[in-house]
Amino acid sequence: MIKILTSHAFNTIQDQGRNGARRLGVSTSGAMDPVALEAGNALLGNDRDAAGIEIQTFPFRLRFEADTTFALTGADHDATLAGATVPSWWCRRAKAGDILSIGAPRRGARVYVTFGGGIDVPLVLGSRSTHLRARFGGLEGRALQAGDVVPVGGTQFEAADRLDFGVEPPDVAIAGSGQSEDRALRVRVMRAGEYDLFSEPMQATFWSTTWKISARSDRGGYRLTGGKLTLDEPVEMRSHGLVAGVVQVPPAGEPIIQMSDANTAGGYPKMAAVIQADLWRLGQAAPGSLVVFGEVSYQDAVAAMTPVNDYLARLRATADLYRTL
Amino acid sequence: MSINHPSAPFVGAIERSPKISLIGTLAMLIEAPGDFDMVQQGRVWALADALSSWPNVQEAVIGVTNVLLIFERPPDDVGVLSASIVELWYCLPSRKADGKLIEIPVVYGGEHGFDLPALASRAGLSERDVIRIHSDGEYTVCAVASSPGFGYLHGLDPRIYMPRKSVPSLNMSAGSVTIGGMQTGVAVLTSPNGWNAIGWASVAMFDPQRTEPSLMLPGDRVRFRIDRIEL
Repeated sequence: MIKILTSHAFNTIQDQGRNGARRLGVSTSGAMDPVALEAGNALLGNDRDAAGIEIQTFPFRLRFEADTTFALTGADHDATLAGATVPSWWCRRAKAGDILSIGAPRRGARVYVTFGGGIDVPLVLGSRSTHLRARFGGLEGRALQAGDVVPVGGTQFEAADRLDFGVEPPDVAIAGSGQSEDRALRVRVMRAGEYDLFSEPMQATFWSTTWKISARSDRGGYRLTGGKLTLDEPVEMRSHGLVAGVVQVPPAGEPIIQMSDANTAGGYPKMAAVIQADLWRLGQAAPGSLVVFGEVSYQDAVAAMTPVNDYLARLRATADLYRTL
Repeated sequence: MSINHPSAPFVGAIERSPKISLIGTLAMLIEAPGDFDMVQQGRVWALADALSSWPNVQEAVIGVTNVLLIFERPPDDVGVLSASIVELWYCLPSRKADGKLIEIPVVYGGEHGFDLPALASRAGLSERDVIRIHSDGEYTVCAVASSPGFGYLHGLDPRIYMPRKSVPSLNMSAGSVTIGGMQTGVAVLTSPNGWNAIGWASVAMFDPQRTEPSLMLPGDRVRFRIDRIEL
């Protein structure tokens, strides 16, 4: 068990998402940075889809009610366990009564805490992710708050196992990651269904603009400012299914990127879609930060997942080895 | 070849092929050609039913005359896959609205039906006429989307069409019976909502613990019965 001591708005229990229920109108939810969550689970030897806590408002504090292993991944931040510093991208063993404090990130938007054995809340439609709007999943379908007691699965490792090590974060370990020269996050996209309906100048504006993620952005979607994309003739779209990463252009012309809590359906013209290999990076982009888009082909988008998968496989193998040394 | 360019295989002069486009590497949108009608929607249901059992398809998400395929992993050959889907589109018969009949008792007007007066006035009808027209209709669930278990119902009498609000009502109750444009539906969540509320139903539209969580499924038929009128 862990007890939440301090939690401001919008910190929730998330796993890799609720798949297969979009056809019933159920958004996937799930971690905004699925790579960080999976890495946190790999450090502890958990299943990749074990649930952890996604923290996006700070400070966050919890107390361990029993000896528990945990890992901190995601945004680069300061944390302490029983007063001693714990680095980011690190796992350690906590003793009953220890307090873990997590401060605001220096860079990035979301910190993940995972626990040995994962968070043990009931599966709802195959997932432990919190669906805030529909009020199910996670802990009673809501954000965490001070006083909550959250069940965590027992740690599978013997007390003698080493558990005090860290790994390189993916933005360092994966080549081609990170910021472009103007401090904007470079995000790779594929063209989507209505790209060709936009005039060449509008297409050029889409690629050349340094977009700003507006303050009106959250787990549902990012609104972008900095340019206007308009169609010469309005197009009548019928409502269709959506996925995270799709870049839609509402009539007002400022694009919206759908994220983890996106509605299951929508009908704005689609300019592009962020590739899977870059969605986690976007999940770490805070309101106010900058984004530029670069085009890739389908083949390149598929190939871009190889370094991400390799990174996670290497991390898991290293962690498994290190725990048994 | 990018599948986002129309490929138009020769299949006869009468009908255009569906438009097929990718949304990233894990989703493919198939849009039926032509205007909205229930025959095309029935073909979309049939297509979604068939594609759901194809390998690598995690689910087929039905929209309004379109279906979005979600893949487990990026397809190896998008061109071949698209061609197979187009071929299937032409040989599948349209599915009828052959689902179950759902009867929903409605308290019309009153506290939850706060847009009924405006709707009646816009339609040039009495509130009782609006209620009679709405409860006389038989509706078809076109698609379930937007909120868990929210069915987009087709079959509304054009006399009581009412555009969605430009400014949504802030806290519309779950169970509100609503009209949005040419469609009607039952709100499943208490949340901001741009549709027009004309009544309320106490039916559990969605329960994630049920074997079949959504009461409404595409192809079901819905009738609204007057439980009570509060004017």
